[in-house]
Amino acid sequence: MVKWLEESGQYKDVVVSTRIRIARNLNNYRFPQRMNVQEAEKLTQEVLNAVKDMPDDINYKFFKINSLNAAERVAYIEQHLISPGLIQKPDHSSFLLRDDEKATIMINEEDHLRIQVLLSGLNFEEGWNLINKIDDFLETSLDYAYDDRFGYLTACPTNVGTGLRASAMVHIPCLSIIGHIDDMIRGFSKIGLTVRGIYGEGSQAIGDLYQISNQMTLGEDEEEIMAKLKNVIYQIINKERYVRDDLLKKRKYEIEDRIFRSYGILKYTRKISSKEAMMHLSNVRLGKEMGIIDNMEYKQIENLMIDIQPGSIQRIAKRELDDNERDIIRARHIRQSI
Amino acid sequence: MLCQICKKNQATVHYTKIINGKIEELHVCEECAANNSELNFNNPFSFHNLWTGLIEGFQNSTPNKTVEKLTCPFCGLDYSQFRETGKFGCAKCYETFKDNLIPLFKGIHGHDKHVGKVPSRANKKAADERRIEKLKKRLQELIDREAFEEAAKLRDEIRQLEKSLKDNRE
Repeated sequence: MVKWLEESGQYKDVVVSTRIRIARNLNNYRFPQRMNVQEAEKLTQEVLNAVKDMPDDINYKFFKINSLNAAERVAYIEQHLISPGLIQKPDHSSFLLRDDEKATIMINEEDHLRIQVLLSGLNFEEGWNLINKIDDFLETSLDYAYDDRFGYLTACPTNVGTGLRASAMVHIPCLSIIGHIDDMIRGFSKIGLTVRGIYGEGSQAIGDLYQISNQMTLGEDEEEIMAKLKNVIYQIINKERYVRDDLLKKRKYEIEDRIFRSYGILKYTRKISSKEAMMHLSNVRLGKEMGIIDNMEYKQIENLMIDIQPGSIQRIAKRELDDNERDIIRARHIRQSI
Repeated sequence: MLCQICKKNQATVHYTKIINGKIEELHVCEECAANNSELNFNNPFSFHNLWTGLIEGFQNSTPNKTVEKLTCPFCGLDYSQFRETGKFGCAKCYETFKDNLIPLFKGIHGHDKHVGKVPSRANKKAADERRIEKLKKRLQELIDREAFEEAAKLRDEIRQLEKSLKDNRE
């Protein structure tokens, strides 16, 4: 069970999760891409010391990337607890994970620190409060690289300023059915927002899931960035809900058939790829969203969407699996969970 | 997923092309990607080259020898390396390449000045200045809306902040 999914959030019928991350660097160290293992180790120690006295009632666990096996590394990415960039240089990188999994402090990703907060449903306010608190605390003992004109200094010029990337993951199968996704992507790019697949930059859209995030980090403050994003997410929620009602009125049997077929396949499958499973899980989620399927919870469907990914399914099986075995074990896991 | 070109190897390169809003996807193996002119990132018009070209474009289009040789005293990155990779080597690089960064940031973000969070330790003064700027923006909005009573209150607040900022400096 993925912990951060356990709490029920707002607007779950469209918004799966809210993610906020900030990039921070320290003075007097080269950026991770140019540092050696000794420097990386020294910086990691400095961060660990800073985190030690965090006045948080919840503990953080520390993981070094090179002490995790390949499937575990990928499984953390699949649960969205770390970014794909963190496992690129295993000898340099590590992370601190809050026990409730709502916050991760990644060390030596592209920047020295990437602090991330992840919440179920739409919740920029709580997310910003939490990340801001962690940031304020770390700042008391770490020498952040900051410039009066340019703001927080980052390895890539696309993050300089606030270092903030705020995003919401939305499930919009009906906007996809009526072919509005391309228009949406085009429209958003004009107002400085980006639409990506579920694992961030460069990833594919699967299961009708899209991540909407801010593009610019300079010239707008954090609250403005999140207000704009929230406004756009509200519009998506309204549009998707409207199209769902409309489709249910006009194409009831087609929609019901699509949902129950997928449910049936998942219930009886003996061998299934992750891509196919994601497609059917997306339809089942739509069934839940439309009130057609009532014996499943959102968190149950969302957990399955994570469990069936290649790294997580190997973690569940507790051993390495080839493609063929994976498809069989995936099918069994889905049958047992539905 | 199998490579869409050779249909033999696993597809490890996933490529999405958006031209005039039309989206095309391609999933291929590394080998086929290397043989495909569109996916070959050494191609002069590849995304990477366009992006780093952007950096170049914002400095005068004629390469400037002295700028190229600018080297960061802390991490040793020189400007031509920054241009190639599009990534800074350390926080000091910002100071080293400062003169070239403003047009670059304007190109990427449409702005060249940070207006967000200020570390409280780094500079209380900067935070106050930022706050005053924000309040002034609101003041203008109030005046535009002809909400003069509220505007007068806000104006007094701004004056007081400015005064305390000045006193602290002296």
